[in-house]
Amino acid sequence: MITDIVIVVAAALLIGVYVSWRAGRIDRLHARVEMARAALDVTLLRRSSVALELATSGLLDPATSLLLAAAVHGTRSDSTDGGARPRDLAESDLTRALRAAFSQPDFRSSLSGKEGADELLGEVEATAHQVFLARKFYNDMVAVTRDARRRPLARVLRLSGNAQAPEFFEMDDSLIADKTSASLGR
Amino acid sequence: MKIGITCPYSWDVPGGVQQHVRDLAEALIDDGHEVSVISPADDDTPLPPYVVGAGRAVPVPYNGSVARLSFGFLSVSRVRRWLKEGGFDVLHVHEPGIPSLSLLACWVASGPIVATVHTAIPRSRVLLVTYPVLRTALEKINGRIAVSEAARTTLVEHIGGDAVVIPNGVATRRYRKAEPLPGWPGPGGAIGFLGRLDESRKGLSVLLKAFEILGTQRPGLRLLVAGPAGDADEVLHKVPAALRDRVVLLGQVSEEDKVRVLHSVDVFCSPNTGGESFGIVTAEAMAAGVPVVASDIDAFRQLLHGGEAGELFATGDAADLARAAGSLLDDRARRARLSAAALAAVAAYDWSVVARDVFSVYETVVLGSTQVKVAAAGQDFS
Repeated sequence: MITDIVIVVAAALLIGVYVSWRAGRIDRLHARVEMARAALDVTLLRRSSVALELATSGLLDPATSLLLAAAVHGTRSDSTDGGARPRDLAESDLTRALRAAFSQPDFRSSLSGKEGADELLGEVEATAHQVFLARKFYNDMVAVTRDARRRPLARVLRLSGNAQAPEFFEMDDSLIADKTSASLGR
Repeated sequence: MKIGITCPYSWDVPGGVQQHVRDLAEALIDDGHEVSVISPADDDTPLPPYVVGAGRAVPVPYNGSVARLSFGFLSVSRVRRWLKEGGFDVLHVHEPGIPSLSLLACWVASGPIVATVHTAIPRSRVLLVTYPVLRTALEKINGRIAVSEAARTTLVEHIGGDAVVIPNGVATRRYRKAEPLPGWPGPGGAIGFLGRLDESRKGLSVLLKAFEILGTQRPGLRLLVAGPAGDADEVLHKVPAALRDRVVLLGQVSEEDKVRVLHSVDVFCSPNTGGESFGIVTAEAMAAGVPVVASDIDAFRQLLHGGEAGELFATGDAADLARAAGSLLDDRARRARLSAAALAAVAAYDWSVVARDVFSVYETVVLGSTQVKVAAAGQDFS
């Protein structure tokens, strides 16, 4: 009799510990998603800053400059007016504008030798690659978190509380057209 | 005079600017000038003899949509070569604020430059951000033309300075004759509409309401609607089910079919509720010799000489539209009179007239100036 009670109490205790561990895990996952998102935002901002620097550097012809500046402007106009494009579309637009500029034949070689050109182009490519990485990490985190939230136990006991399910951030982030498939398949 | 014109958008894609450039160039050639147009174009596109292809335009996002533009140093060198070989007396760039050939031509050239601004865009920070880059290019413009008052405002706000307003012309010749679509207008008569279906100020819903009245009175009457559709079903559902099979939606039509549509109806209707500065579609209908029923807004009143060259109805009033259109459908002699009056009235807007206005701008800027040359500023880019 006594042993039965001990077993039941012990089982209840174990279940309680397990459930609270699961809840804690989901909470930690949400926190990590937020950190990954902050990191992604920083890389996006960095990329658009460097793109704007390139646009106003005087290295490019005015048409390419204007294209890049307009695309950068698009990523930053979220708050200004109602006509702004959603963030993911605006960032994809910037990618495509950069890609259009970079995929011109002999683009690099035509600029190399000009003051500061190699550094600036290298920086654009580096920040674009960071965006690719940060977005990959963020989406990984989102996938794990969404999976944890979807488990039956988490759903029945509402372990995620009021936290919104994190959304994937989808965008075109490959600077070089042919590399798209390769980098996705890594 | 030797005239070089730049078109920023792909020649093989239909668009207002391309059409303007083509009509202007042809009108100037008709007047005995030597004209060369440089435009982005696919390599296999057949081009008129006066057009030089600047290579394929690249689709690229710009201001929230994808535009096909020419940019980059290859385009720069093509423009430079065209300028060198052309030896133009005047360079006429269209839409220099768009990142494409016109902007590049401004940047590369020196000498008399005329620019035409077509679109009205709300003030944005884009141009301010890149202003130092653009300034060199845009400051070289000697004469500025805007195709509308709204476009002029845009130009004044973005770039500063002023512009003369020279509206679009109508290539009346192109609208004069065409085969009606098979089976049109038909024994019961037909009313026509051209324009965006989903833009409320084009007024299609007023016309549909009027057709409800007219269609019930006249069992054979049909309505022919052409224009990019938002949702065709949605349009049809505004009409009572009994009349639905007499409303024909064509969707977007080619330039040639547009002319045929105009010749397929007995009465053309422009029910716009506002926002029209000139009414190009209405003018085209007049050039086709179709009797026009239009709402009583400023642009149409002017175009139709206060009702002498077409019937006006109270703006937005479906019952009045039904009355006006109905009386025209019943009166063949009056239709013929209005048709003749419309043809005479629209002649004032013909490209041959408009091109002379543009030419007088050229004459002003070439005074005391040399030929168009390749400027030093663009030199170091090759």
